[in-house]
Amino acid sequence: MKSSHISSLKSYILLLLFVAITGIVSAQTGYKVGDIAVDFKLKNVDGKLVSMADYTDAKGFFVVFTCNHCPYAKAYESRIMDLNTKYASKGYPVLAISPNDPIAVPEDNFENMTKRAKEKKYAFPYMLDDTQNITRAYGAKATPHVYLLKKSPNGLVVEYIGAIDNDTENINANKIKYAEDAVNALLSGKTPTVTQTKAIGCSIKWKNAE
Amino acid sequence: MMKLKVLLFFFILIVISKVCIAQVKLLSLDQLEKRIEQGKDTVYIVNFWATWCGPCVKELPNFEKLNAEYKNQPIKVILMSADFKSKLEKVVIPFVRKMGLKSEVYLLNEQSEQDYINRISEKWSGSLPATLVINTKKKTRNFYEQEFSYQELEKVYLTNK
Repeated sequence: MKSSHISSLKSYILLLLFVAITGIVSAQTGYKVGDIAVDFKLKNVDGKLVSMADYTDAKGFFVVFTCNHCPYAKAYESRIMDLNTKYASKGYPVLAISPNDPIAVPEDNFENMTKRAKEKKYAFPYMLDDTQNITRAYGAKATPHVYLLKKSPNGLVVEYIGAIDNDTENINANKIKYAEDAVNALLSGKTPTVTQTKAIGCSIKWKNAE
Repeated sequence: MMKLKVLLFFFILIVISKVCIAQVKLLSLDQLEKRIEQGKDTVYIVNFWATWCGPCVKELPNFEKLNAEYKNQPIKVILMSADFKSKLEKVVIPFVRKMGLKSEVYLLNEQSEQDYINRISEKWSGSLPATLVINTKKKTRNFYEQEFSYQELEKVYLTNK
């Protein structure tokens, strides 16, 4: 009787371990196109908490994981601002999230984020994911990393994941503007042709990791 | 006066040698493939890095050491910088000079990031550092998206030898 208790306890622990491990794996993988994205409540540089639910008129969002320090994020900064200028009025505003551990990268701390947003006059929220839970849930790999979401009766559907375009350095006149192409498709009632590209940039600086 | 001339001569010599060492050319992927095809070595260790990438800079000495330790074997380390092309003169070349890098250094000359990343490896997320190991005799290509200690790197070479 006792031993069967122990063995059932053993299998219970094994099951728990299994769930924990698979849970970690799926958390690391993040969203795929077609998944429903979770809303967040993150502190913006103006000190207020921002959620997607606050945007009752929006059709969707460009959730952009970006930061202060990364040369790729810097190279894309004006293009992120342009996305908001061009598409906020059409129902797709930019929501920028800084995913990095501020201890690992002091340049990305809240104070420096506030400074940067002010200097560059960001017309969109720039929030710190201080628990890194949203970054993990979305599966952002690098800065900048774009998630284009569309509101639906089931929630916020992930429509495009990846890079803004295929030319960080901004020197190729014939660059492919993936993020714009995707939102333009949504605005004309179509599905984007390219739904996933690789996000090129600086790796996310996780807490308690190298 | 004579002494001054000799000093000047040596000064110029040092400057010239430094400039020669720190030559970094733009290289497309086609040119890289050609460089490897036409090269005399068997194992090519191509490391993708950038001057701004902390872990890349940290592991560069390991690649230098590997190249030096096995200089009598048919192995060649190629350091491909993914820095912006506009940074070649002002950042990359001074960096290579400062670090005193002896391996072959190039700056990647490609138009579309999405294309070159997939050409190097479908597995590559695009994040740095990353290393491609090619064995021209065995016709193998192995890709590693990680940072290497010297021991790890040496092991990678020996398994791809």
